[in-house]
Amino acid sequence: MDVRQLQRQWIDLISALFREGFLDAQFTQLQQLQDESNPDFVVEVVTLFFEDSERLLNDLCNVLSQQVVDFNRVDAHVHQLKGSSASIGAQRVKNVCISFRNCCEERNLEGCFGCLQQVKQEYTLVKGKLEALFGLEQQIVAAGGSLPMM
Amino acid sequence: MAAAGGGEGEREREREMHVLAVDDSSVDRAVIARLLRNFKHRVTTVESGVRALEMLGLEPNVNMIITDYWMPEMTGFELLKRIKESKDLKKIPVVIMSSENVPTRITMCMKEGAEDFLLKPVKQSDVSRVCSRMMR
Repeated sequence: MDVRQLQRQWIDLISALFREGFLDAQFTQLQQLQDESNPDFVVEVVTLFFEDSERLLNDLCNVLSQQVVDFNRVDAHVHQLKGSSASIGAQRVKNVCISFRNCCEERNLEGCFGCLQQVKQEYTLVKGKLEALFGLEQQIVAAGGSLPMM
Repeated sequence: MAAAGGGEGEREREREMHVLAVDDSSVDRAVIARLLRNFKHRVTTVESGVRALEMLGLEPNVNMIITDYWMPEMTGFELLKRIKESKDLKKIPVVIMSSENVPTRITMCMKEGAEDFLLKPVKQSDVSRVCSRMMR
């Protein structure tokens, strides 16, 4: 595929991510911090987010499956997930975390399970889309092109 | 020519701070480090208040500490208190970061001697503001 087509696809994908609320202005902050001396900054930080999130989602599953649920622990994990999703601009994940924390506060176990499902879903969605975005970036760079300035 | 080059190099070195960034989140450590390095500062990151105090014990020559509030074991507030109680460390300006906008928390930190309080997610403009204050 021609570089310009790839660049066009990249622009379309990232515009959709912002338009559909998957990403917010914090993601743009990260993009602005990427330059020739830090060419992989966004991928590096997002990869840390993926690692963190997978661990936290696992922990959440475990804590919620206990006979006696420790809601303070659940809340602590959700707080961390909310923080890291906010830091990379993963808006939808962050928003589910806000509802999740409310359920924790109310000691609403069913609500918590619902939120866990939702947050897993939103995480999987945004992960897939970001991986597609990074895949396009690699192709653009391999074809000798550069990423469009946002 | 040589004099002008030397002068500029010296000015850059004067502007460079050594900042200690404390946060239990690997994502946030990566972001704050990059933000600070963007302003040409030297950054050391640690994941807890305990590690921060260990590091300061070995190298107290730090120009600013920027710490998350909510951390397991030792909160940013507790770290702030320990620093302000220490003869060797109390002069180091401490900035607190938090994802929660709790006025009583902010007041409490400022009363304890925090230099500034930043709301997460931290942006370039926040870091710019804090760094220019430190330079004055």
